[in-house]
Amino acid sequence: MSIWVNQETKVMVQGITGKTALYHTKQMLEYGTKIVAGVTPGKEGTFAEGVPVFNTVDKAKEETGANVSVIYVPAKFAADAILEAVDAELELVICITEHIPIKDMVIVKRYMEGKKTRLIGPNCPGIITPDECKIGIMPGYIHKKGRIGVVSRSGTLTYEAVHQLTQRGVGQSSAVGIGGDPVNGTNFIDVLKAFNEDENTDAVIMIGEIGGNEEEKAAHWVKENMKKPVVGFISGKTAPAGKRMGHAGAIIAGGKGTADEKIRVMESCGISIVDEPTTMGETLVKVLKENNLWRSEYEVRSEKI
Amino acid sequence: MNIHEYQAKELLSKYGVAVPKGKVIVNAEEATSAAWSIETEVAVVKAQIHAGGRGKAGGVKIAKSIDEVSGYAKELLGKTLVTHQTGPEGKEVKTLLIEEGCRIHKEYYLALTLDRETSRVTLVASEEGGMDIEEVAESQPEKIFKEAIDPLIGLSEFQARRICFSINIPTDLINDTVKLMINFYQCFMENDCALAEINPLVVTEDGRVMALDAKLNFDDNGLYRNQHILKYRDLNEEDEKEIEASKHGLAYISLDGSIGCMVNGAGLAMATMDIIKSYGGDPANFLDVGGGASEEKVTNAFQIILSDSRVKGIFVNIFGGIMKCDVIARGIVNAAIKTNLNVPVVVRFEGTNVEMGRKILENSNLNIVTAGDMGEGAKKIVELIK
Repeated sequence: MSIWVNQETKVMVQGITGKTALYHTKQMLEYGTKIVAGVTPGKEGTFAEGVPVFNTVDKAKEETGANVSVIYVPAKFAADAILEAVDAELELVICITEHIPIKDMVIVKRYMEGKKTRLIGPNCPGIITPDECKIGIMPGYIHKKGRIGVVSRSGTLTYEAVHQLTQRGVGQSSAVGIGGDPVNGTNFIDVLKAFNEDENTDAVIMIGEIGGNEEEKAAHWVKENMKKPVVGFISGKTAPAGKRMGHAGAIIAGGKGTADEKIRVMESCGISIVDEPTTMGETLVKVLKENNLWRSEYEVRSEKI
Repeated sequence: MNIHEYQAKELLSKYGVAVPKGKVIVNAEEATSAAWSIETEVAVVKAQIHAGGRGKAGGVKIAKSIDEVSGYAKELLGKTLVTHQTGPEGKEVKTLLIEEGCRIHKEYYLALTLDRETSRVTLVASEEGGMDIEEVAESQPEKIFKEAIDPLIGLSEFQARRICFSINIPTDLINDTVKLMINFYQCFMENDCALAEINPLVVTEDGRVMALDAKLNFDDNGLYRNQHILKYRDLNEEDEKEIEASKHGLAYISLDGSIGCMVNGAGLAMATMDIIKSYGGDPANFLDVGGGASEEKVTNAFQIILSDSRVKGIFVNIFGGIMKCDVIARGIVNAAIKTNLNVPVVVRFEGTNVEMGRKILENSNLNIVTAGDMGEGAKKIVELIK
């Protein structure tokens, strides 16, 4: 078990003939992801990395039964690509593209109200269920099948957390990057809820950063609803106010969205805060042991590494 | 991207938002003719810099005669203004806006911004105009009113009217103010603004509603379709290193410390700054080289970091997933040779081809130290620059 994607997931790649998309399509196929279709307008009838290409999302879905899409199209066209996937009623759309204008996402988000599609991203690394399905740009080999959920606004910090877990023999159920933009599809609470309900997830690592108040809202949700331990890390303690730190959403505006405030609220809601990014794995292990969730198989595997 | 007040007013007035009559000058000799041309009894001389807090810093002067206008122009042009937003080094005034003075009946606050919670552009207004809105939000939150705007419909008249009644706009001016708000929203959307503030919006004694001050900030990601906004860009107002970095597609932000950072990923880059600080060092910059950085990009990044004379050492922290460590290593070696590297460098690599990367660095005979994890790396660089 896992959340949202597994070995049954049939994926289409929007913008499959682009250079980045081709590279990652190859990586995903090698990982074992079932990529069944690609979409590039005007290229129907051709193949990319052996995958059949269609002109429209509709057609790709109809012909191949794809239920999930991943988007690599350039920022100018990305909002339209999301709309097309939502219109085709796919279950899940993962948008990797960064630098989409805020206005476009405000409209996309409004259009998605009441629709059945879930959007992850944009500006995110994607989602992976180790050994089953990798959708996005994350390096597959650092992951290991297991029982820890990871959710993060940052790509490389997700890899950092996953790597630390794998090094300790502790695998992941799924790892989800929700992206660094101020308007996105899936938030922390959505992912935490899914991990809470997933019987094969024992605990969660949640990685946030400055800007907005999603972490605070998630912390309150955890306090009220979460049955599983959560370990948290927030980056940007030393970031200056008023500057966008790489991610469009990582900005302390009007004194709001500071790391200190997020950490304070998360701690008060029972989340175990990690001070240094180097100890995410270590802290998770400690928390597992404290909650009697440590499994003997971790010991065996740990020795091997 | 930020623009100057006079540019914001120029754009807003194209959308039918009333602004005071004004003239822009860049040297003091033009002051007299500028003042004559706006035909006013009282003129306001306003320094044009991007930072807020100009009034308190002496950058806004009220002149009661033509001589005073010219006196203030001489005083302000070339002067370095230090406000709470400029930092201690201040900002040199190169442009002035000479405006008609008006008799203010009342000041209000008006802004459009993205509300992240609702994912909607939101109109924010208050009766407490002219003040720092953050202070109002802190001390009198009941005086701030908001309307979330449906992007498919736009700002509705009833919403604008509701705001007008809430902030007590004089009844006979409500129609004008509603129109102004709708025009303001149109300007915001059509130009991909990220934040727009009219503070203060004023009602004058002769019954006009206008934007006495205006600040527009644009979404960088929307600039490609707003070439007319790009011509407003003032490179004097931006950090040279940040300009150079943006040319190479690098996300770079200048900070005050002495340890240069080169990292992939924004989250990891922030975490790297934090960990340097926790070991007693001070980061000189935030720098995200991105996911698919090439050897050339790494070289550029290194050159930008080293162009900051305060940098005494560099910490490279790369989690190479897609990015290969050997590529980064070659970029570092090239950059070190090109720039005659004379500061210590600590490199922490993890991920694809990590061993190859480390070997390249070791065989380079350069002043480069490797580290096993980012904590160790931060500790090493802090020690090396002592």
